[in-house]
Amino acid sequence: MAGCGREDLSTMNPQGPVAEEQFGLMKLSISIMVLVVIVVFALAFYVMVRYRRRPGDKTIPVQVEGNHKLEIIWTVIPIVLLLILGVPTVKSVFGLAKDYTKDPNAVQVIVTAKQYWWEFEYPQYGIKTSQELMIPTGKTVSVQVKSADVIHSFWIPALAGKIDANPGANVNTMYFSADQDGVYLGKCAELCGPSHALMDFKVKSVNQGAFDRWVTAMKEPGKLPADPEIAAVFEKQCLTCHAVGDKGMQLFPNLTGMGDKGTVAGILVNTDDPKYSNEGSTYDNLKRWIEDPQAVKPGNSMPKVDLTPEQIDGIAKYLSEYKLDVEQ
Amino acid sequence: MSAHSHLDGELPHEPERATLEGRNKVLGFWLFLGGETVLFGTLFSIFLALRDQVGDGNPTGQELFKLGTVAIATFILLTSSLTSVFAIQAMHRNHVKAMQGWLIITVILGLGFLGLEIYEFYEYIHEGHRFSTSAFSSSFYTLVGFHGAHVLFGIVWISLLIFQVARKGLNVVTAPKVYVAGMYWHFIDVVWVFIFTVVYLMGKVG
Amino acid sequence: MAHAHPVKRYTGLMDWLTTVDHKKIGILYLIAGGFFFLIGGFEALLIRIQLWKPLNNFVSADTYNELLTMHGTTMIFLAAMPIIFALMNAIVPLQIGARDVAFPFVNALGFWTFLFGGLLLNVSWIAGAVPDAGWTSYLPLADPTYSPGKGVDFYVLGLQIAGIGTLVGGINFLVTIINMRAPGMSFMRMPMFTWSAFITSALILFAFPALTVGLVALMFDRLFSANFFNVSGGGNTVLWEHIFWIFGHPEVYILILPAFGIISEVISTFSRKRLFGYSSMVFATVLIGFLGFMVWAHHMFTVGLGPVANALFSIATMLIAVPTGIKIFNWIFTMWGGSIRFTAANLFAVGFVPTFVMGGVTGVMLAAAPADFQYHDSYFVVAHFHYVIVGGLVLGLFSGLHYWWPKIFGRMLSEGLGKLTFWTFYIGFHLTFFVQHFLGLLGMPRRVYTYLDGLGFNSMNLISTIGAFLMGIGTIIFIINIIVTAAKPKTASNDPWEDGRTLEWSIPSPAPEYNFLQTPLVRGYDALWKEKMDGNTGMSPAEPIGPIHMPSGSILPFIMSFGLFVAGFGFMYANNEWTGFVKEIFASHAVAGLGLGITLTCMIIRSLKDDHGFHIEPEELTKKEVKE
Repeated sequence: MAGCGREDLSTMNPQGPVAEEQFGLMKLSISIMVLVVIVVFALAFYVMVRYRRRPGDKTIPVQVEGNHKLEIIWTVIPIVLLLILGVPTVKSVFGLAKDYTKDPNAVQVIVTAKQYWWEFEYPQYGIKTSQELMIPTGKTVSVQVKSADVIHSFWIPALAGKIDANPGANVNTMYFSADQDGVYLGKCAELCGPSHALMDFKVKSVNQGAFDRWVTAMKEPGKLPADPEIAAVFEKQCLTCHAVGDKGMQLFPNLTGMGDKGTVAGILVNTDDPKYSNEGSTYDNLKRWIEDPQAVKPGNSMPKVDLTPEQIDGIAKYLSEYKLDVEQ
Repeated sequence: MSAHSHLDGELPHEPERATLEGRNKVLGFWLFLGGETVLFGTLFSIFLALRDQVGDGNPTGQELFKLGTVAIATFILLTSSLTSVFAIQAMHRNHVKAMQGWLIITVILGLGFLGLEIYEFYEYIHEGHRFSTSAFSSSFYTLVGFHGAHVLFGIVWISLLIFQVARKGLNVVTAPKVYVAGMYWHFIDVVWVFIFTVVYLMGKVG
Repeated sequence: MAHAHPVKRYTGLMDWLTTVDHKKIGILYLIAGGFFFLIGGFEALLIRIQLWKPLNNFVSADTYNELLTMHGTTMIFLAAMPIIFALMNAIVPLQIGARDVAFPFVNALGFWTFLFGGLLLNVSWIAGAVPDAGWTSYLPLADPTYSPGKGVDFYVLGLQIAGIGTLVGGINFLVTIINMRAPGMSFMRMPMFTWSAFITSALILFAFPALTVGLVALMFDRLFSANFFNVSGGGNTVLWEHIFWIFGHPEVYILILPAFGIISEVISTFSRKRLFGYSSMVFATVLIGFLGFMVWAHHMFTVGLGPVANALFSIATMLIAVPTGIKIFNWIFTMWGGSIRFTAANLFAVGFVPTFVMGGVTGVMLAAAPADFQYHDSYFVVAHFHYVIVGGLVLGLFSGLHYWWPKIFGRMLSEGLGKLTFWTFYIGFHLTFFVQHFLGLLGMPRRVYTYLDGLGFNSMNLISTIGAFLMGIGTIIFIINIIVTAAKPKTASNDPWEDGRTLEWSIPSPAPEYNFLQTPLVRGYDALWKEKMDGNTGMSPAEPIGPIHMPSGSILPFIMSFGLFVAGFGFMYANNEWTGFVKEIFASHAVAGLGLGITLTCMIIRSLKDDHGFHIEPEELTKKEVKE
C-alpha cells in the first residue's frame, strides 16, 4: 500500500518527517489489524463451511458453555497487540506535541482560517500572505492556528496531520517540515459552510535562498497597474479590502505576487495546459473569479464588483503579470 | 391480592411498595433521578467552565451575590426537605391529615424559596447581570433557573397530590405518588446544596 | 363485581393512536423508523449522485450540506434508534416472561414524542429552512451569526423532543427488566438481546441528559441571545464539542449493543447451539457500556486538548477492542461444532461478523491519536463509522427483523427474497464503503460537496455511488418482501424456526395481547431449549390460569407529544419576520405557551385520573387458546 496516491496530497506518500512518523504509526496499526482480520476471517469461513447444516440433519450439537483457556487466550492476545500499538502511540503523541513557537531557528507562521481562505502571517518578518504558504525546505515550520469565524481544520496530508482552527483565544500549535522543494496541497478538514469543499490552499517549499528573496520581495512597495485608468479602478475597487505590498488593506487575501501563485481562490488551478474545468491560465482564472466570485466559491465574501469587461481584463492582466520571481 | 382490594381496605406497612406498579414507580423514579443527576452535572460543568467569563464592566459573582438572602433561601429549602420527610413518616403511620399538613407546609416553604429566588434575580438584573450579559450570566441563570423550574414543578406536583389525596384518600395508588414526590423534593434539595456551595460560596471566595 | 370497570376499547386508527400495548408500540416504532430510514437513505443516494463525478452540479453546496446534516441526524436518531426500540418493545418483555412493560403509558409517550420530534425535524424541508451544520452542529457554524435561518432551530427542537421520548423509553426498559422478570429468570439467565437492551437503556439514561443540556444551551444561544458558545460573549466552542461527544460516544454504543444482542440470539439459534461463553458475553457488554463513557475525546484529538488528554483517550479507546474481540470470538465459537442453517436472518448475522471486525479494527487505528491527525475528518472516518453502523447495526437490524418477523406479525418473510436482500445489500455496502477508506488516506476530506478533477478520487467515488444504489435495491427488495408477506395468511407457529431457545418462541405468533396465558417458570438459561431437551412440549406455568389485568389505552401520550410539537414551533418562530396578528401571537410566546399548556394539562389529567385498566377473564382466555 505504501507509496500510493499523489505525492503532493496522499497521507500514504509522506514528504516530511511529521507525516513520515504518522505514516509509520499507520503502517504499524494496519499491519496488526490485517493480522487480526486474517485470523478472524479464516476462522469464520472455516467454521461456516465446516459446520454448515446438511439437509435433514436433526442431530443436536454438544451444548458447550465456554472454555476458559480459549477465553483467556483471546483476551490476552489483543491486550498484547494493543500494547505493541499503544506504546509508540503515546511516544508519538508527546513527540508531535513539541512546542517550537519559541524556537528562533524555526519559521514562525500564524495561520488564520477564514470563510473560505487562509491567511499566513510571518511575525519574524512582518509579512502576511494568503492561500500559499511559502516555506524553506528542510526547516521546521511552527504554526499557530486560529480562526476568525467558524471552526476550520488545517491539513496538509503529505506533510502533516491536521489541527483545528478554533475561534477566540483557543490557539493551537503544530510543526512540520518538507524534505524536498515542491508544492503540496492543503485542505480545510472541518465543515465550515457551503464552500468548505473548496477551501484549499498550497504549501510551497523552496530553497532557503529563494525563501529569503521572497521575504524581501514581499516587503517591497506594492506595484500598481501601469495603465493609470486601471490603477485608479484597482485602488478604488480592490485595495479597500486587498493589499499589494504596502498599499491597500489586509482584510482579505493579499494580492502581492499573484502572478506566481498556483491557484486563484485556492481552487482554480493556474496552468498553461488546462485539462479540467477548474484549470486555466492565471489570467483566465482571475477573469473567471472576478467576473462572478459566487459561481466559483458559493458563500464567500467577495462581491461581484461593479467593473466593466475592460477593467476586469486590465486587472486580471496586471495581477497575472505581478510576479516576484524569487525562484531563479 | 389484587390492587383493588387495597383501595378500600387496610393500608399495608409500606404502601408505596405494596403493588408491582408502586415498586415500578419507585424504581423508575430512582433511575429518573439518575438521569437528572447527569443533567445537573452537565449544567454544573458548563457553569464551572464559564464562570470566569464575566466580560468587561459587568458585575462579577463576588460583587453580586448576597449571601444573606441565599442563606435564608437555603435554610427554607432544607427545612422543606425535613417537612417532606415528616409527611412520608406520617404516611407510613397512615396519618392522612398529618401527611397533608406537612405537605402543605412543604409547598409553602417551597413558594417562599421561589419568591426569594425571583427577588434575587430581579435585583441582579437591576445591577446589569442579565441573561445575555456574558457567558457567566447565561450559565448562572440556566443552572440556577433550571433548579428553580424544578422547584416550581415540585410545588405544582405536590399541590396536585394534596388535592388528590383529599379526594381519594391514601391508598396503594396514591401512596407511591406521594413517595416519589418526596424523593423528587429531596433531590432538588441536594442539588441546591451543591448550587449553594459551587455557585455562591465558591463565587464569593472568587 | 370488583373488576367490572367499564372500559372503552378502541378499534381501527384510534386503537393505534391510543395503544399502550408494547407489541403494537413496537410495530409503530418499526413503521416510523422504517419511514425515516427511507428518507435518510434517499438523502444518502442524493449525496452519492452528487459525488459520482468531480465538480458535479447535481445539487448546490448549500443543499449538499443540508443533505449530509439531515442524513446523519435522521439515520441515527430517527431510523436506527426507533428500529432498535421496535425490536426491544416487540421482544424484550416476551424474552423475560413478562405480560407487559413497567410503564405502558410512558412507553406510548416515548414513541409519540420521538415521532413528533422526528416530524418537526423533517418539516424543515417543507419550511425551506433545513439544518446544515452537520449532525454534530459544531459552534460557531451553528450559531445565529453563521446559521441565521431557522434550520438549526429545527435540529435543536426536533432532537430535544425526540430525545425526551428516547429517555423515558430507556427508563421503561430498565424498570421492566429489573422488576418484571418471570420467576426463575435471574439476571444471569436472561437472553443476550435482553441484556444488551438493558445496558443500552442504561447508557440512554446517562447519556441523553447531557445532550438535553447541550441542546438547551444551544437553543438559549440561538433564541434568547445567551453566550454559552458565543466567543465574543465569553463563551467556548470547545465546550459544545465536549458536551456533544460525552453524549455522542455512548450513543454509538447505544446503537451497536442491541445489534450484538441480536447477533448472539440469531447465531445461537441457527447453529442449534448454546451461546459460547455467555457470562463473558455479559461481562463484555457491561464493560463496553462502561468504557463507552470514558472515550468521548477521541472524537476531538485535533481540537488541541494537549498530549496528556490525547494519550489517555488513545489508550482508553484501544481498550474497548478487548471486550469487543471477546464477543467476536464467542460468536465464532458458538458456530464451531454447531449445525449452521443459513436462513436470511443468519446470513445477515454471519455477514455481520467479518464486516464488524473491519469496522472494529479501523476503530483501533483511529484510536492512535497521531495517526488520527491524518484520518480525522477524512473519508477514512466516513468509511469506519459506516462499517460500524451500517455493517454492524443495520445488518444486525435486518437479521433481527427477519428472525423475529413471524413473532411480531405471525407471518414468515420470504426466505428467497430475504437472501436476495442480503446479497444485494451486503455487496452494495462493501462496494460503497470499502473504497472510502482509501479515499480518506489519499487526502479526501469528508463533508465536501464536490472534489476537484485530477486528484485521483474519481474512480473510487464512482464505485462508491454504484454500491450505494445496490444498497438501495436491497432495501427495495426488502420492502417488496414485506408487502408480499403481508398478503399471506398468518400461519407462523409458536416456534417457526424450530430451534427457538428463548421464551418468546414458547407462545403463539404473534403474541396475544397478554403475552403469556400463564407466567412461565424459568428453569435455566435458554429457558425453552432446556424444556425441549428435557422432553417437555413447552414451559411449565408458574401460576394457575386467572384473570389478567391490562392497562387501558389512552390518547394522552399522543396529545402530550403534539403539545411539545406545537411548543417547538412557537419557540422557533417567536422572533420571525412576520407582521400583524400572527407576529403578535408568536412574539408573545402564546403559541409556545399553548403547546406547553397542552402537554402540562395532559400530565395533570394523567395524574388525577386513575387508570384502573381492565381484566381479561379466564373464560375468555381459554376460549381464545382453543381457537388458536
